[in-house]
Amino acid sequence: MPDADLELDCRGMLCPLPVIELGRHLTDVAVGGTIAVLATDVAARVDVPAWCRMREQEYVGEDAAEDGTPRYLVRRLS
Amino acid sequence: MTNASGTPSPAPGPPVPVYLDSASSEALHPAAREVLLAALDQGYADPRRLHGPARSARLLLDNAREAVAGCLAVRPDEVTFTPSGTDAVHRGLLGLHAGRSRSGSAIVHTAVEHSAVLHAAHWAGGEHVSVGVDRLGRVDPDELARAASDPASGGATVAAVQSANHEVGTLQPVAAVAGALGDVPVFMDACASAGRLPLPDGWAAAAASAHKWGGPAGVGVLLVRKGARWRNPFPVDDRVDERAAGFENVPAALAAAAALQAVVAERDEVAPRQSALIDRIRAGVAAVPDVEVVGDPDGRLPHLVTFSCLYVDGEALVTELDRRGFGVASGSACTASTLEPSHVLAAMGVLTHGNVRVSLTRDTTEAGVERFLAELPDVVRGIRAELGI
Repeated sequence: MPDADLELDCRGMLCPLPVIELGRHLTDVAVGGTIAVLATDVAARVDVPAWCRMREQEYVGEDAAEDGTPRYLVRRLS
Repeated sequence: MTNASGTPSPAPGPPVPVYLDSASSEALHPAAREVLLAALDQGYADPRRLHGPARSARLLLDNAREAVAGCLAVRPDEVTFTPSGTDAVHRGLLGLHAGRSRSGSAIVHTAVEHSAVLHAAHWAGGEHVSVGVDRLGRVDPDELARAASDPASGGATVAAVQSANHEVGTLQPVAAVAGALGDVPVFMDACASAGRLPLPDGWAAAAASAHKWGGPAGVGVLLVRKGARWRNPFPVDDRVDERAAGFENVPAALAAAAALQAVVAERDEVAPRQSALIDRIRAGVAAVPDVEVVGDPDGRLPHLVTFSCLYVDGEALVTELDRRGFGVASGSACTASTLEPSHVLAAMGVLTHGNVRVSLTRDTTEAGVERFLAELPDVVRGIRAELGI
């Protein structure tokens, strides 16, 4: 997956903190820009896409950071 | 303060606790309490012996079996009492699996089955194939049938499809699944719906749990259809019923049957009342900012609803609601013994954090529901404020 415009390091955070971070920083990127959420908490795999659906943003997909941490990519649509 | 008749009202005390977790366990039905107490004195003996007290115990056990069969529209010889709903699930699923071991080795199940089904499928040791659900939590019969006939799985022995989901209330199309499957038998976990709704058609074996309908804990019901290829997956025992093991808990079985009879007799009055209260909760909760109500709004259990609150910690939510007198369950990871989020919510693709399941009892009042709806927005707001949102 492409590099993100902004990367949020949420390693070690428990749910719902990674999604709170995502919500807080959405407007730090321009519309059309991307945010990557690095999260070790397993709930983020479900909650980041669900947040995108509820907030009408685009969930791009999941890959892994260099240390293997799951990385969830979101594109700001509005 | 005076009421309409002019007499003084009692001073308001602390609010009466409102128990909203009947889907975990419902309090003993009054009809079951009387029967249980009487049966403790009359049903203690070994129902397999030939003396008078044994004949009394055997009579009570047979009465319990007949009553349960009548309530669930099955034959008495299709009913087995087990030591729990979980045990009935294990015996039902694994017994059908063992009965068809020559036809294959794979257990197919929906992704939203109760963990008792998932653990049993895992324990069986062969392939187990999970079939996804839609956003409402419902499985597609054709997709499940395709998975069961997929040669890659080596042939399905049995397909597990619940009657209704225990976390979100969505009803499953059991009869349609059975029709699509053809020869592969359906095991139906009916623990969430038994007594509250008539059982759907199409299954070969099914399981239910008495404490979820207001019977005592420690009584499960295994149903095996006449003619179903079911083989005992566990060591046999020389008891009254060849499908179960261990000394029968006759008083509890009879109390479970009495509770089921009462619940079924009350169902036409209770279910619509509960369903209207659930509609009220669904509407009231949806008005709280950033809260999503999940599960099917129509094809659902009458007494249960689940919702998820964005940016809220499930444990904080349950704890604060408890402090205010409301007992609810949650599928959020932080409230689970496994620290994993609910596999049901995950399969549906809905928010797993900030999750609350509300399930009504037979005597939940409109006033209790309205008080819950009045306090919930403040609870959610307070938790969000602590996190700076």
